[in-house]
Amino acid sequence: MHWWPGFAMFRRFSHESQRLMADPKALYQEVILDHNRKPRNFGRLDHASHRAEGHNPLCGDHLSLALNVEGDSVAGITFEGESCAICKASASMMTVAVKGKTRQDAQQLIDEFRAMATGELDCGSAPHHLGRLTVFAGMRDLPTRVKCAILPWHTLHAALNSVASTSTESNDDPMNAPIGNA
Amino acid sequence: MNPPQSTVKPKQLDVERIRADFPILKMDIGGKPLVYLDNAASSQMPQQVIDRLVRYRSTQHANIHRAVHTLSEVATAAYEEARRKLARFINAREEREVIFTSGTTEAINLVMHGFGRKFIGAGDEIILSTLEHHSNIVPWQMLAEEKGATIRVVPIDNSGELQSGAYEALFNPRTKFVAVTHVSNALGSINPVKQMIAHAHARGVPVLLDGAQAAPHLAIDVQDLGCDFYAFSGHKLCGPTGIGILYGKAAILESMQPFKGGGDMILSVTFEKTVYNAIPHKFEAGTPPIAAAIGLGAAVDYLSAIGMDAIAAHEQHLLDYATAELARLAGVSIIGTAANKAAVLSFVIAGVHPHDVGTLLNQDGVAVRTGHHCAQPVMQRFGLPATSRASFAFYNTTAEVDALVAGIRNVQKVFT
Repeated sequence: MHWWPGFAMFRRFSHESQRLMADPKALYQEVILDHNRKPRNFGRLDHASHRAEGHNPLCGDHLSLALNVEGDSVAGITFEGESCAICKASASMMTVAVKGKTRQDAQQLIDEFRAMATGELDCGSAPHHLGRLTVFAGMRDLPTRVKCAILPWHTLHAALNSVASTSTESNDDPMNAPIGNA
Repeated sequence: MNPPQSTVKPKQLDVERIRADFPILKMDIGGKPLVYLDNAASSQMPQQVIDRLVRYRSTQHANIHRAVHTLSEVATAAYEEARRKLARFINAREEREVIFTSGTTEAINLVMHGFGRKFIGAGDEIILSTLEHHSNIVPWQMLAEEKGATIRVVPIDNSGELQSGAYEALFNPRTKFVAVTHVSNALGSINPVKQMIAHAHARGVPVLLDGAQAAPHLAIDVQDLGCDFYAFSGHKLCGPTGIGILYGKAAILESMQPFKGGGDMILSVTFEKTVYNAIPHKFEAGTPPIAAAIGLGAAVDYLSAIGMDAIAAHEQHLLDYATAELARLAGVSIIGTAANKAAVLSFVIAGVHPHDVGTLLNQDGVAVRTGHHCAQPVMQRFGLPATSRASFAFYNTTAEVDALVAGIRNVQKVFT
């Protein structure tokens, strides 16, 4: 234990900053750009059992999510909307990740993704189930963009819990602990 | 040999010498030299202003308008000297017409509470424009809701210019107030405010100008403009945050009710009756941001020494150059093409969201604003959720415009 309680956070932050500076294009990795160009599961879903809308009023990102939950399993999932590349790629990769999963597994991914993006989960040392979604780990160094990556996951959480719409700026969303600067 | 100089032509800026005054401009961002093009959000501070703040805090600080001891007198004199400097900067008739506020937002709220709540009632109409920043919309909506008044909005055309005919058509006997921006923060359009004021005054309607984006870039003469109120912020003018001014004509300020109650704004207080102080103190309740006011005084000294006409000419050159360079880029559209513009360049890149543009430009050291610029009605008018905005100050260079253009090309490369 260092004499200064904030030392660990300071050391991690300064270390991460240097890493980002060494590889300035790290965030816009090919996998993110690819999902932005060719989003998977993009479009409408007829006869959805669960739907939710996600909004980020600060940048105008908007996302419609439709799920077909059969028994306990996410059998189908699609999304539509207009957003930045980070949000769209996050949504696209999210649909790939949760399709075929149980609700419980989907909820676990939601929790882990959020913890990773906000810096609470260090994917390098702690166990997780995020797989390729770790390309979004760099978001924690960009507090103004964290919400872009998390919006689809907020929306999925809302859909699974039968909340019709969610916003990155609403206070009643249980996912919505303060993140970054509005 | 120097070419013969016309007497009306503003002097050329020695930009490299000016840049040496700004410590922050020597910074690197992630290993790239900082290219600071977010001046419409907040400008940087020269060493002269930093030094003035340090001198005040080190050797002059005490509360003002109160004690008889030396420091209080020194601080009071410096604070009131700053007010004189601001009055000169905008050519106010009297220094008591300058009220220190926390910024443009508070200045507009002061007018809403002090003038609007006293003189605007049910059925009355307030004219705003599509170009307003939220800070010149929301206070008037609050007033309209409280009083049952109505907001009327001047439309803009596709270039981002206010439609003068439509403005004049909005007037009727119920029109009680006009609040418009001098320069649009989102598009840069310079509004024909002098004609707009003349039209309003011919019908007995007072006018507030939001000068947040104009004061840093244009020579302001409130007597020539004829406006009843003029508001701007210090931090967009090379000064500190937390300070700004409201100019108001003395007679109209005297007719208004106080905005905030407290110390310094009173002559005498008993539980039966309180007598308010004279202007400007009537509107400066509590201990003001003394250091920030003095710092703003130093900032207008700095700008005046360079010359606002020379600043405007240099920024016009940067805007013309940047507009021409961006126009050559396929897939880039400039939003806001008014004939008369301040050095603000809003743009969109086809297929790339402005937030991605902002993050990638930042990785090249280029700081721009992305988003709706607190002017959502402007964005709605153009059917856009957001734009990227490069905004120039007198310390920017054409080489920095080149860095912006290279950064945009890089964004397009990443997103092909």
